Parts: sequence; C-alpha cells; structure tokens
Amino acid sequence: MRKLTRESWINSSLVLLLALAPLCASLLDEPYYVNLASRVVIIAMAAVGLNLALGFGGLISFGHAAFFGLGGYVAGVAAYHAFDGSYFIGVIPGSDQMPVIWLVAVLVAGLAATFIGVISLRTQGVYFIMITLAFAQMIYYFAISFPTYGGEDGLSIYVRNSLFSLDTSDPLIFFGICFFSLMLSIFVTRRIMGSRFGAALTMARLNDIRLATSGVEPFPIRLTTFVLSAMITSGAGALFADLNGFVSPSMLSWHHSGELMVIVILGGVGRLFGPVAGAVVFVLLETFIGGFTQHWQFFLGLILLSVVLFANGGLIGLLAGRPRHD
Amino acid sequence: MNIALVLEQLLNGVQLGVMLFTMASGLTLVFGVMGLINLSHGSLYMMGAFICAYVAGITGSFWIGLLAGALGAGVMGAIIELVVIRRLYDRDHLDQVLATFALILIFSEGTSWIFGASPLWLDMPDLLSGSVSLPGGVTYPLYRLMIIGVGIVIAIGLYLLISRTRIGMRIRAGENDREMIGALGVNISALYTFVFAVGAVLAGLAGSLLGVLQSVQVGMGEPMLILAFVVIVIGGIGSIKGALVGALLVGVVDTLGRIFLPGLFSLVLDNADATSVGSALASMLIYLLMAVVLAVKPKGLFPANA
Repeated sequence: MRKLTRESWINSSLVLLLALAPLCASLLDEPYYVNLASRVVIIAMAAVGLNLALGFGGLISFGHAAFFGLGGYVAGVAAYHAFDGSYFIGVIPGSDQMPVIWLVAVLVAGLAATFIGVISLRTQGVYFIMITLAFAQMIYYFAISFPTYGGEDGLSIYVRNSLFSLDTSDPLIFFGICFFSLMLSIFVTRRIMGSRFGAALTMARLNDIRLATSGVEPFPIRLTTFVLSAMITSGAGALFADLNGFVSPSMLSWHHSGELMVIVILGGVGRLFGPVAGAVVFVLLETFIGGFTQHWQFFLGLILLSVVLFANGGLIGLLAGRPRHD
Repeated sequence: MNIALVLEQLLNGVQLGVMLFTMASGLTLVFGVMGLINLSHGSLYMMGAFICAYVAGITGSFWIGLLAGALGAGVMGAIIELVVIRRLYDRDHLDQVLATFALILIFSEGTSWIFGASPLWLDMPDLLSGSVSLPGGVTYPLYRLMIIGVGIVIAIGLYLLISRTRIGMRIRAGENDREMIGALGVNISALYTFVFAVGAVLAGLAGSLLGVLQSVQVGMGEPMLILAFVVIVIGGIGSIKGALVGALLVGVVDTLGRIFLPGLFSLVLDNADATSVGSALASMLIYLLMAVVLAVKPKGLFPANA
C-alpha cells in the first residue's frame, strides 16, 4: 500500500472535520452552523474551480466571480420564471429542478468562458489579469442595468429549488448536496491532473515553448482548462444562490474575484485541497472576527498581507512542506 | 439632438479623460519602471479625497485641502512603498495582486473606521462655481473647465519631467534595464520610491479634484481604478503616451455612450426597452472597446519597450 504523506493526512482530516462538524451541529440543533458549513463548502468548490485555472494552469484569472455569479443568476432566473410561470426571453420556461439548473448553469458559464477565453488567452501576464477583470466587470454592469431581474437590488428565490424527492430545505440535506458536489469537483480536478491532459497543462504553465516543441499546442489546453474551471465555479454559484435564497450583482463583483483568489492563495496554490483549507479559514475569519468588529476586513487585509509576504505556499504549504514535484 | 449638447458632452468626456489620465499615468509609470501591478492605486485616490475634504473642512479653504490631499496621498504612497511594495518587485504578478488587494482592504476599512461610513462632502470653491459661455452656444461649468486645464498641465508636466530632466532620463533607463542603471551608480530604491510617490500624488490630486463632483466615500476609488486599468491596457501598459490616448478614448466613449446610446436604440425598439438595453450596453461599451483593442493588438495601442 502507498504510504500516506503528511499532506494527504492533513487533507483527510480536513475533509473528515468538514463532514462531521455539521453533523454535530445538527444533533445539537444548531442549523446556523450547518448553513455556515454549507457556505464554507460552496465557497471551497468555487475556489477549487479557480484553482484549476490559477494553480494548476498558471492562468491568473481575476474574473472568476463572473462565472460564480452567472451560475447564481441561472438559478435565480430559472426559479423566478418557474415561480410565476413566465418565460425567459418569451420562449424558455423556468425550472425549479436543481439538476436542470446545474446543467444550464454549467453550460452558460462554459459558453461565456469559451468566448472570454478565446480573446483573453491571446494575452499573457498582466494583460490576462486585466482583461479577465474587464470581462467580469462587463457582466457585472450588465446585471446591474437589467431591471427585469432586479438590477442592482438582485433577485430573490422564494422556495429553495428541489432535487428529486429530497427535502432540500433541510439544512443538513442541503449540506450533503453541497458536500457531495465539492468532493465531485475535487475528484474531477484530480482525474484531470492525473491524465495526459494534466501533464500537458503543467508543462504549459512551466514552459509552453517546450510543450509546443513536443507537439502539443498550448492554446487549446489552456482554453479547455479555463472553460472547465469556469464550469466548476459556476456550479458552486448555483448552489450559493440556493443557499442564500438570493442572487445579486455583488456575487459578480470584482471584490468577489479577489476573495476567491485570496482563498486559493491562503490555502496553497495548485494543491488539490488548498482551496478547502482556504475556504475554511476565510469563512471562519469572516464569521468570528466579523462577530466582534464590523471592520473584520481590516484584519483580513493584515493577515493576507503577511501570508503573501512571509508564507509562500499557503496554509497547506506551511503545514505539509513543499510539494515533491515543483 | 443639437450641436451644443454634443459639444457639452464631448467636454464632459474630455474632463473624465484627463482625470483618468492623471490616475492612469501613475499606474503605468509604476508598472513600466518597477514591473509592479498596483491595485491599491484606487486607495490612494480615495485617501487624497478624504484628506482634502477633511482639511478643507477645518481650514475652510478648498485650495489648502487640495494641496494637503495631493501631498498626503504622496506621503502615504511613499510609506506603503517603503513598508510593503518594495518587497514585491521580485515577486510574480499573483503575489503583487494579492498584496495590493490586501492593502485595499486595509485602507478601505481603516478609512471607514476613522471617518465613519457616511460620505463627506466637499464644496466647490466660490471662485470656480460659475459657468462660462463657450462658442457654439454652450454654457459650461468653470470648475470642470479648470479640471481639463489641470489635466493638460499635468500631461505637459509629465512629458517634460520624463523627456527633459535628469530624473526622467533615469526613469526611462529604469524601464529599459533595471540592473544596468543600478550598476551605473543610480540609487534604484530611491528612484522607485520617488516614482511611486509621484504616482500617489497624481492619484491624490485626481481624488481631491473629483471629490467635489461626487461624494467622498469609502469605495470611491475602485470604479476609477478599474477604469484606469482599462485605460492602460488599451494604451499599452508602461506607455505614458498610450495612457493619454487611452484615457481620452475611454472618457469620451464612456460619456457619449451613456448619453446617446439609449436614444439610438429608441429608433429601433420601443421606449422602455431602449432605455434599459441602451444603458446596459453603454456601461459595457468601454469593456467592449478594450476587448476589441486587445483582440487586434494584444499588447495595447502603444506597446512599451516594443
């Protein structure tokens, strides 16, 4: 049997902790903490999506909130039309079935990411950071100035969307759905990175000229990664809308893109479970520092600054040392 | 639609453009010389506006406030360069983005801690509160005209600073080959602090000047920051000339789009739809412009160090 490394020990305990905490909270009849755990898990999943592009692919996207928000808006708009029986652009009926919503969310984000990726991936470095930011802003302003779906005020989802015959309004069951989705997205990332495609992606990040000379075009590899990454983040967005019962343009804002990056970095770039660790720490900081001062972001800023300046490799890196292949 | 309205909006566009240039020139200099991507530039803009509003409130003079705003932002810029930014020059862009994002959080929350959440107001100086008649039947506010004038002076001043002075020569040399000018005995770290502080002064100046036209509040810097990024990406990062052209382009396109697109759409759609589609498209217009420019020229209109 393969010997477990320190990193895999940390990862397993993290997952175990994340699964057991809401169970305990549920037994103690504390639905607030179950929902908090769902929030952690969903944000972790969004960050897992970003980590695929940013960590494994080296594509520093500063616009992933766009995909997160798109997923959220798909859930919101579908539920809005299902609620009053109207049609989207006059032809497409709404839906309150999660599988349908997820599928549409993932497809919409995939399409958007293909369009954005084809243009943005022509550029590199700072230009890529800025152009992804600009596209995200474009979608943000579009959402703000579209009065049908709430404009600046956002859109409420009155009844949580349903999944087969499960009672999705039960916090624990909803947590289960989110947790399953997170594990699925980590599994998908793992399979991607373990495949030939993953090897090509790593090479595209480290040395794209060498990749090209060995007969693999880097551009399609990067584009596929960008699209897959957007799809995962968008799925998380759809879940997030259902968790809050609310979508607003703030899901699309560039602050959110920044936060997702922060989570990935905080946890450790390009590590499978880095985003999970990052999300746990981020949401706990937000909740607990936010509990005694409303200026919690001031302290978040200080912590983030020290992590960037002094702890390269993030939390998992701090605990588990450098990865063996880097 | 008459000529006077078009002219007036064109002037508004230019006014936004020169302020964007004031912001963007600092960003592009810092990127060109130090290779640093600085998200906290918008915070310096905000600090300028807050200091200006605060000092103007105490002394009762807008001009003292303006001076304090620009200098205060400059001092603030020099301090963050010395404490944080200089550790980032050798890091990759990702670390720079994150560290300066952290600075935004610290500055924004710090400011709302000190000044409270409600916005401050800056009164227009009496001297400039009137308006003037321009040829073509336009009456235009004197204050906005003054902003355009200041912008032009800054553009000329920067041009002279960079192309005619010794320090400008060093800045240009720093853009081309950092190690070499260090080897020739130029104090690189002092030069970097100077460049960063100049950018900060300009950002503070823009914040103080525009603080009169909008409310001075936390988060006011971020829309300007993003517009300034669009400007330098369109113009070519690191190029002052690009920043000037990009800023005027963005200012004029944004202003005219917001005024005329809804009207344009009402020719083909009915009124309510036209307004919402028109205004949605108008707010996306500059990003579309940027996407088109980058699709054609991935390094911007005037690529630096080409």
